[in-house]
Amino acid sequence: MNANKVQELQDVVIRFSGDSGDGMQLTGTLFSDTSALLGNGISTFPDYPAEIRAPQGTVAGVSGFQVHFGAQRQLNPGDFCDVLVAMNPAALKANRKWLKPGATVILDEDSLTEEHLKKAGFATLDPIAELKLEDYNVVIPNITELTKKALAETGLDNKAIVKCKNMFALGICFFLFNRPEDHAKRYLESKFAKKNPVIAQANKLAIDAGYNYAANTHQFANTYTVATGKMEKGTYRSTNGNVATAWGLCAASEKSGRPLFCGSYPITPATVILEELAKRKDLGVKTVQAEDEIAGICTAIGASFAGNFAVTTTSGPGLSLKSEALGLAVMAELPLVVVDVQRGGPSTGLPTKTEQSDLLQALYGRNGESPVVVIAASMPSDCFHYAFEAGRIALEHMTPVVLLSDGFIANGSEPWRIPSMKDYPTINPPLIDKTADGGPFMPYVRDDNFVRSWAIPGKAGLEHRIGGLEKDAVKGSISTDPDNHQKMVNLRAAKVAKVADFIPRQEVYGDPEGDLLVVGWGGTRGHLQTAVDKMRAEGKKVSLCHFNYINPLPHGVADIFKRFKKIIVCELNRGQFASYLRGQFQEFEYEQYNKCEGLPFTVTELMDKFHSLLK
Amino acid sequence: MAEFKYTPADFKSDQEVRWCPGCGNHAILNAVQKAFPEIADATNTPHNLFTFISGIGCSSRFIYYMKTFGFHSVHGRANAIATGVKTANPRLSVWVATGDGDSLAIGGNHFIHAIRRNIDLNVILFNNEIYGLTKGQYSPTSKLGKITKTSPYGTVEKPFNPGELVIGAKGTFFARSIDMEVGLTKDCLVAAAKHQGMSVVEVLQNCVIFNDKTHADFAGDKATRLEHTITLRHGEKMLFGANNEKGLVFEDMRLKVVTVGQNGYTLDKILTHDAHTKDTILHSMLAAMKYPDYPVAVGVIRDVADEVVYDKAVEAQVEEVKAQSKIHNVDELLHSGATWEI
Repeated sequence: MNANKVQELQDVVIRFSGDSGDGMQLTGTLFSDTSALLGNGISTFPDYPAEIRAPQGTVAGVSGFQVHFGAQRQLNPGDFCDVLVAMNPAALKANRKWLKPGATVILDEDSLTEEHLKKAGFATLDPIAELKLEDYNVVIPNITELTKKALAETGLDNKAIVKCKNMFALGICFFLFNRPEDHAKRYLESKFAKKNPVIAQANKLAIDAGYNYAANTHQFANTYTVATGKMEKGTYRSTNGNVATAWGLCAASEKSGRPLFCGSYPITPATVILEELAKRKDLGVKTVQAEDEIAGICTAIGASFAGNFAVTTTSGPGLSLKSEALGLAVMAELPLVVVDVQRGGPSTGLPTKTEQSDLLQALYGRNGESPVVVIAASMPSDCFHYAFEAGRIALEHMTPVVLLSDGFIANGSEPWRIPSMKDYPTINPPLIDKTADGGPFMPYVRDDNFVRSWAIPGKAGLEHRIGGLEKDAVKGSISTDPDNHQKMVNLRAAKVAKVADFIPRQEVYGDPEGDLLVVGWGGTRGHLQTAVDKMRAEGKKVSLCHFNYINPLPHGVADIFKRFKKIIVCELNRGQFASYLRGQFQEFEYEQYNKCEGLPFTVTELMDKFHSLLK
Repeated sequence: MAEFKYTPADFKSDQEVRWCPGCGNHAILNAVQKAFPEIADATNTPHNLFTFISGIGCSSRFIYYMKTFGFHSVHGRANAIATGVKTANPRLSVWVATGDGDSLAIGGNHFIHAIRRNIDLNVILFNNEIYGLTKGQYSPTSKLGKITKTSPYGTVEKPFNPGELVIGAKGTFFARSIDMEVGLTKDCLVAAAKHQGMSVVEVLQNCVIFNDKTHADFAGDKATRLEHTITLRHGEKMLFGANNEKGLVFEDMRLKVVTVGQNGYTLDKILTHDAHTKDTILHSMLAAMKYPDYPVAVGVIRDVADEVVYDKAVEAQVEEVKAQSKIHNVDELLHSGATWEI
């Protein structure tokens, strides 16, 4: 028994950090899932280098996983951490700036060798003094040696044993926050038990050893419980944005009765969507891992022509490669969803880091007048909803839709109250079986919403030709007539603009009028909402207008904007949405807050900016 | 064998054919429209399942003249788009009209990967050794030294031989025809349609404006063709010439042209064509034969049955996984794995 004091907290941020290869992502995930099962609200942020095994012991090679858990739904993974687990000096150095004042730091003593300290860029042999951590609660157990001792009897070699040290650290954290070990142990069994039961057993022993070490040594002045009970009732599961996106696409397929086809090329951070859809053959999903990004979208366009609900998934550089074919889908007026999980750019940029800098590419990055619908998901779990919406709009309006996600929400996870498919609408694509008069099919005849019919190869009597050349507005045969081209350019634009009648009216979060309106879009929602909540708790008249539908913009935007004294558009780029809004609503002035560091906003920096505008 | 009793007219669209007068494409269109009624019967394919995909180039306008489902796409991507069409619906009879620029230059990657996957497409590769629609630049099949608008002093790059490329990529079907040989083209197309897996039919096509007579040395007229081409038929001796007096033998690790009955080359020493052997060596050598050292091989050079046909394998895997999985709909998917109540 330990005699430590138990403190109750509302929310806590832990950051697990070590070499890429130290298993920090797994450690963080097991801690976060364990907390979710206890009823906590969770938000996670995996932050890892682009290299699979970056140079060991260097700051560049540090891989981190931050977990924010608390009584209620957590909207963001937290700016600064209460606890930092650092498996080596580089991890300590890389994360020094993310520590809350007085935070607890758990550091592996065995990693504090001269060699490791030097590699991490320390000038002295005293990292604590060098980083000015004297006033912090720094605990330095010899994690590696203790793991070796605990696992000595397993018969594993030294290398395999040392690999279990992350589970020792996890055990310490379980003790510190009074978490049960059973979920993590069950996971380890299911992962390793069949292939290598000794490894499963060793990892479980390491958790116990870490837990018992922390309980017995009295190194930790307090342990903590984190309150639960403020989450909405219901059945929950954990999800990240990429899996939720894949499942939302499956949902749109089910609700439309159109088989799902995904043609994609692997690219960070979008690959998991293709991987997940490849598993979903049980739902009839067909995936083609294409030879390149262009083939990814082209196979999808072909599948769409053939009557499938077709999608292609990518990140910024891939979207660049898909531009020409996306224009073809615009011209052919075929349903298509292009998922762009944005990362830092330009070019290869920052593959594993987040950014919102593909917005203008999504809106305009094609030759010609080439309008597409653009929507954006804003939280890991609402990727499901917006993927469904992308499918609904594409299929019902016969148009390509670009769905913007980003590395932050794609990899971040949160508990998700499982929706029921009966609450989702049926999707009705404009399929046609035969022409009204029995004559030839006229591909570009439109309904009141400017939507053409979808005649699928195999339907007798509907044989027709479409393609990338400008088409006659009725027959669909090639036309270079000037008036016809003008008409078709206008019709394609009108069709996309008309989608505004079929999406929800824009909402404002907070009061409908005030001193400052914070405007954001996509994956920054969690940070912006938290910052606005905190400003409002201080009595400030601040509201949030967060956009998920970008082209067309929903109805009601100007009505919201005009009720605020100031508008600030916050986005992780140099002001792309702000410049778009300036074009759409020229009567307003827009302040901007922008960042391109490959990282999400911090609530702190947002509040600083908002305060400065209210002075 | 079905009996749909289609005629070529059933596959003619109402569009005016706009290729140059004298263009070899007219003859190819004629051959395709003659072949499709036969293919419909031979493969039990009703009219509404025929789907034509093309890229960009003179040849790619082809789809507008066929009364089938058609999709004229973007440059180089016909094989990728057709891959999507066929994977989405394997029951369609999917045809690709493409050129040497479209499939061997800008779309080269999609071409070889469609071959590698052995997806059941029927690709008609119009090879005129020139870019016609952009008015006369050299292509990846233009002969070394060819003078064109972009090679005013002659090209300094060697051409692809499409047959070698297809067979090198382990293609399961390759045939070659000549635009003017409508009957042979038709036979090659029927064989391609019957073949399970990716079929490539190269048609040596004459661009009357920008590369006139590029194939004329061996294919200019009927008499020349008899002397300088060899029509390969599975199970038959490799004979050619006006009276079938010449033949091919395999000697010193290479093909050799001989006169039957001379120098001890009796008929039984002449090679017999085996289009069905998986081995690629002889097929590759036959496809590579160049005038004037050899006759140019036409007909079905390679037609190999392979157990893995991509579109069917994808479909079979879907059915297999569906049958075994506990997840049958999205609600079950959402509740699969770890869930908890709050």
